[in-house]
Amino acid sequence: MLAEYTGVLVILVVGVVVACAMLGIHLLLGPRRQFSGKHEPFECGESQIVSPRRRYAVKFYMVAILFVVFDVEAIFFYPWGAIFQDLGWFGFTTMFIFTIPLAIGLIYEWMKGGLEW
Amino acid sequence: MPIEPIIKILFIFSVMVMGLAPIITWIERKQSAVMQDRIGANRADLNGITILGLLHPAADVIKLMMKEDMVPEGANRVMHMLSPLIAAVPAIMAFAVIPFGGVYVFGDTTLNLVGADIDWGLLYIFVLGSIAAYGNVVAGWSSNNNWSMLGGLRASAQMISYEVTMGLTIVGIFMVFQTLRLSDMALAQDTSFRVLGFLDVHFGLNWAWIDWIRLPAWGIIYQPLGFLMFLTAVMAENKRPPFDLPEGESEIIAGYHLEYSGMRFGLFFMSEFIEIILIAALTTTLFLGGWAVPWLSTETIINGISSVMGTGFATGLCILIHFVSFLLKVIFMIWVQMLIRWSLPRFRYDQVMSLCWKILLPLSIANIFVTGAVLLWVKG
Repeated sequence: MLAEYTGVLVILVVGVVVACAMLGIHLLLGPRRQFSGKHEPFECGESQIVSPRRRYAVKFYMVAILFVVFDVEAIFFYPWGAIFQDLGWFGFTTMFIFTIPLAIGLIYEWMKGGLEW
Repeated sequence: MPIEPIIKILFIFSVMVMGLAPIITWIERKQSAVMQDRIGANRADLNGITILGLLHPAADVIKLMMKEDMVPEGANRVMHMLSPLIAAVPAIMAFAVIPFGGVYVFGDTTLNLVGADIDWGLLYIFVLGSIAAYGNVVAGWSSNNNWSMLGGLRASAQMISYEVTMGLTIVGIFMVFQTLRLSDMALAQDTSFRVLGFLDVHFGLNWAWIDWIRLPAWGIIYQPLGFLMFLTAVMAENKRPPFDLPEGESEIIAGYHLEYSGMRFGLFFMSEFIEIILIAALTTTLFLGGWAVPWLSTETIINGISSVMGTGFATGLCILIHFVSFLLKVIFMIWVQMLIRWSLPRFRYDQVMSLCWKILLPLSIANIFVTGAVLLWVKG
């Protein structure tokens, strides 16, 4: 039963080892010349005035909320799609009814201007 | 520990990641040079031997390895170190479920050429894609830099938006093939269907020549719109031009990997190129028949060859033919992506987001129901 996951485990080990080896070799080979001012965050030649750890436009958070709604809905389509031909017209109608609130939500969001940037 | 999956994983890893990924950096330079009417990479040489510039990938790796490892002041050192790994490792891991050959029978043993044949294969790739998004977001946040922060925010909003669309565009493919297992999907495409078969089923016209008009039963034939939308969504998910808003050199310098140097940057760079190969391999498996040769199914090839030579030899040759067919399709899809990347300028951010939410999302939901109605009608 779990035998088919051996490959996943093997590629996880291979990927982590290769990526860590690259970083490790880089740490060993690279030079180290440090002086004050060198490690300041890049800001087009000026000193950083405002910290990046502050509040940002609410747009990005709106997209995150929209994502949660639609991604949960999208995941319902997967098992339904995989047995669609057995369900026939009954499954088709059920999913169509299920999609109507989703469509209303999208239209409402659109009308309210939640998709404008 | 069974030896068979280890060999298969190491094979696909060495061909796809270690073999193809460095060559793609060369393809990108050469193709951009051809498209812009210049010579392109040809300077790296060993005693005057340049091999068409193929030494450039090696020179790149050496250069990146020899750079100083820098962490900006005030950065979160642990997260700054971890985020390239979070970006690169899932991109590598996704290759475990890509089938690079079919199921072959040698006497009493069967050989299934896929690293890990798990029954939720496609969902596994999406899971890894979502984890890879964290790499970019964490990189932007941990660098303590305003440009990086903007790039990370743009990356997060763009990637989660296109993840929804990417998931919905291929529901049509599940409905046609009735599975989420990638090796079963490729197997289902190893055949051809009668284009005018519906005349037979619905109108009772069984003319003999209907049998001769056949198309390979590939996903792109069943889902042409799904193919276009899926390709758009995955290219946006990979953040390559024309969707490279999170990097946007002219607006936010380099976005989330601005404060990265040497091999830490190299891992982001590498994961982007591995994802190009992954997109090519995934579209090949879902829409272009995977390893299948058009109009020649596995039995046709094996029976054709085994009448001249033995069955064992014929099966071996068939494996080779299928693998070459898979590789050619993958290289074709890489070429298509490079063509788009060097043809189109970068979009604006509002254009990218409205393309996702206002065009692709409604179209993909419509595609699901049109596919369903047509499928049920054709089945009768």
